[in-house]
Amino acid sequence: MLEPLLAVKGLRKNFGALKVTDNVDLNVQKGEIHALIGPNGAGKTTLIHQLSGNLRSDAGSVVFAGQDITRLGMAERVHLGLARSFQITSILDGFSVLENVAMAVQARSGSSFRFFRDASREDEINIQANKALARVQLADRAYRRAGSLSHGEKRQLEIAIALATGARLLLLDEPLAGTGHEESAVLVELMRSLRGSHTLVLIEHDMDAVFSLADHVSVLVYGSVIASGEPSTVRSHPDVRAAYLGEEEIA
Amino acid sequence: MSEAVTPATTSIMETTAERQPLLSRLAPWLVFGLFAAVPLLAHAINDSFILVIATRMLIFALAALSLNLIMGYGALVSFGHAAYIGIGAYAVGILSSYGINDLLLQIAAALVVAGLFALVTGYLSLRTSGVYFIMITLAFGQMAFFFMVSLSAFGGDDGMSLSGRSTLLGADLLADNLALFYGVLIILAAAFLLMRTLVASRFGRVLRGTRDNPTRMRAIGFSPFAFQLTAYVIAGMIAAVAGVLLANQVQFVSPAYMTWARSGELIVMVVLGGMGTLLGPIIGATVFILLEDVLAHFSEHWKLGLGLILVLVVLGSRDGMSGLARRLRGGSDA
Repeated sequence: MLEPLLAVKGLRKNFGALKVTDNVDLNVQKGEIHALIGPNGAGKTTLIHQLSGNLRSDAGSVVFAGQDITRLGMAERVHLGLARSFQITSILDGFSVLENVAMAVQARSGSSFRFFRDASREDEINIQANKALARVQLADRAYRRAGSLSHGEKRQLEIAIALATGARLLLLDEPLAGTGHEESAVLVELMRSLRGSHTLVLIEHDMDAVFSLADHVSVLVYGSVIASGEPSTVRSHPDVRAAYLGEEEIA
Repeated sequence: MSEAVTPATTSIMETTAERQPLLSRLAPWLVFGLFAAVPLLAHAINDSFILVIATRMLIFALAALSLNLIMGYGALVSFGHAAYIGIGAYAVGILSSYGINDLLLQIAAALVVAGLFALVTGYLSLRTSGVYFIMITLAFGQMAFFFMVSLSAFGGDDGMSLSGRSTLLGADLLADNLALFYGVLIILAAAFLLMRTLVASRFGRVLRGTRDNPTRMRAIGFSPFAFQLTAYVIAGMIAAVAGVLLANQVQFVSPAYMTWARSGELIVMVVLGGMGTLLGPIIGATVFILLEDVLAHFSEHWKLGLGLILVLVVLGSRDGMSGLARRLRGGSDA
């Protein structure tokens, strides 16, 4: 078997007596779309926080592309190629759409301790930012104020920003959260188009989207991975049906 | 900023600077032009005190401008910024007591000491945020204040009188109030241009982004601390230059320049004029000094009037007077 791009071993996080992440093992192969599902409160977002470096882990290890990143902060992990999006849209409302993305390009384009040149006129940065916007189909929104975008467009912008960091692996925390039917169709198509160029770890509640996109599904319940495998295997796994799906039938 | 969808033909070179309405591009020329004309007014009505007041406005405008870099563009509310005015003023006072009267040397000393003080206190203060940041900067400001109060060799509580103004390369250029006024005006204009450049630069963009959403900035790979610390040091150094100028104008140096009330007044100037706008602090300082002077004629309780005006401005517009002006001419608040 290939060396996984992201290998998580024995990861733990406790909030007081509550085991939010309980001995999680996870392997993400290069180029796959790996969905992380589980009922509310299963600890999915906490796990993303730990993987992205937003939250320190109590135990265990995270290895990315062969390098142990367990102790690294969020900014350092981004530079290595691991970026995240946020469940609650987290963009710079007061900046233009282009600048939101340009900021992420700037972060990997040499030192930002440059004090005299107008950053908004740096062609090289703007060109790359426009490319990321084109990839999420927001090119025609480049000069609008980010805060004025529709909800679906903001979710697209979130992904454009993650892409613009130059990351190989994107941790997407509920990219479809709060979107309508048409908006979510656009986003699903967008994620599908990233297959091949990027590796995605995806938290999502929309089961239609998960089972149409994912190459690999892991199920998290009470902080533990109870099943992990191909979508069809996971779908029929008895523990998953009992613990997570309950009476609800997977479409 | 325009909300309209820009046609695809628009060059990526197009930036917000080119889209600003004519009036906001002319505003700096207007403000500095009016100040440049003040001596004519003073001459016409034969009242030299106007020049003294106007110089004071410019000096505090410089200090407010520096505070705005961290407060308006970095969301770092420092309650100890007056300490840097004090450091600049004492650089003049202490050096001239040793016979060093050259303005450039005094400014250099002020920049070095203020820079170091900002580096050390900023390094510690920036480990906190929000109310704790305000409190810790207040504490450092008060430490500087009490240090100067207890330094009896340099006047202590009583302060120290200067024998004259600083010289520039041996020439007694600043002795004349008019020359001092224009000297201060040139320094303020230079600082304004520096600020405009900084804010638009890569550095300024990181600072502004961190102000709006630090988590987002970390998530794209920035570590905000070093940027904030750099801004804090730059702000402290510029405020120290204001202190050098203040000592020269009044030819007196005292710990009273460094009290927390003074720091509070600087915050008021920035808020009054408009946080995070380039001209705001200059307008805010001008209005503040004007009110201080005009209202003080009517009543010793002039600060009550100032308080009312501040409440009205803050309630009326989030961006202070410059936001108010923008709204009055029908522009968007964005």
